[in-house]
Amino acid sequence: MQDRIPILHMSNFLLVTIQVDMHDRLALQLQDDLTSKISATGARGVLIDISSLEMVDSFIGRVLGNISSMSRVLDAKTVVVGMQPAVAITLVELGLSLPGILTALNVAKGMELLSRD
Amino acid sequence: MPTLKSEVQPVVTENDIVYVRQNVRKWAVEMKFSLVDQTKMVTAASELARNLLIYGGGGEVRLEQLQEGSRMGLRVMFVDQGPGIPDIEQALKDGFTSGKGMGLGLGGAKRLVTDFDIKSIVGQGTSITTTKWR
Ligand SMILES: Nc1ncnc2c1ncn2[C@@H]1O[C@H](COP(=O)(O)OP(=O)(O)OP(=O)(O)O)[C@@H](O)[C@H]1O
Ligand SMILES: [Mg+2]
Repeated sequence: MQDRIPILHMSNFLLVTIQVDMHDRLALQLQDDLTSKISATGARGVLIDISSLEMVDSFIGRVLGNISSMSRVLDAKTVVVGMQPAVAITLVELGLSLPGILTALNVAKGMELLSRD
Repeated sequence: MPTLKSEVQPVVTENDIVYVRQNVRKWAVEMKFSLVDQTKMVTAASELARNLLIYGGGGEVRLEQLQEGSRMGLRVMFVDQGPGIPDIEQALKDGFTSGKGMGLGLGGAKRLVTDFDIKSIVGQGTSITTTKWR
């Protein structure tokens, strides 16, 4: 199994596309990698594209929340984009509302959100 | 009630949680569940397989394809020989965790399936059966 998700660095932003069914350690690794990369690059924004993700459970939801809080502490904004409708419906029923996580419909709208102010 | 097909898969490592998700997805697709129902079943299975591994110390997941009259059911059972759950009602409450989770898994999984049955004996283990019909 894959042991790392690549992080792209573009001008002031870090971009991540999650394309695999993440096992728990892989999700935690991404959380660590993003945190060190934000502080190493001084990036102001993180965009996480989850349009290929076919499910988000409480573990992945928690990791996305941790990444958002951690980036906020490091003065960067995180936006999660592209959640599939079936995933969103399931998340709500599961009881996970992803509080404090910025979301956008797609990459373009997410970039727009990050580029503001 | 006839069982058309069944399969047992062990859950002893974190990667097995991913295999359970993939297998439940595969079965749900084969049985032509809607995308939303597939996603609900996969998510419930992910929660319960993780609980089985973390709290139950590992165990087995059993999948069954059921037929009852004209309706088909996908049943997924999670069986461990772990410490058991002393207070099931409390464990099912959103927000209750004995670990460092959010306490969403059990109650959430129950909401995501049609039938949810939990049996647990302290010192002997836990057995959870979930079924969704179409
Ligand atoms: N198979 C099991 N064996 C023993 N105890 C269990 C088992 N499954 C759940 N529990 C108990 O029930 C509690 C609630 O489980 P639940 O899945 O709702 O929350 P969690 O796993 O603590 O957090 P989350 O799922 O949100 O990450 C657990 O903290 C644990 O004490
Ligand atoms: Mg849980």
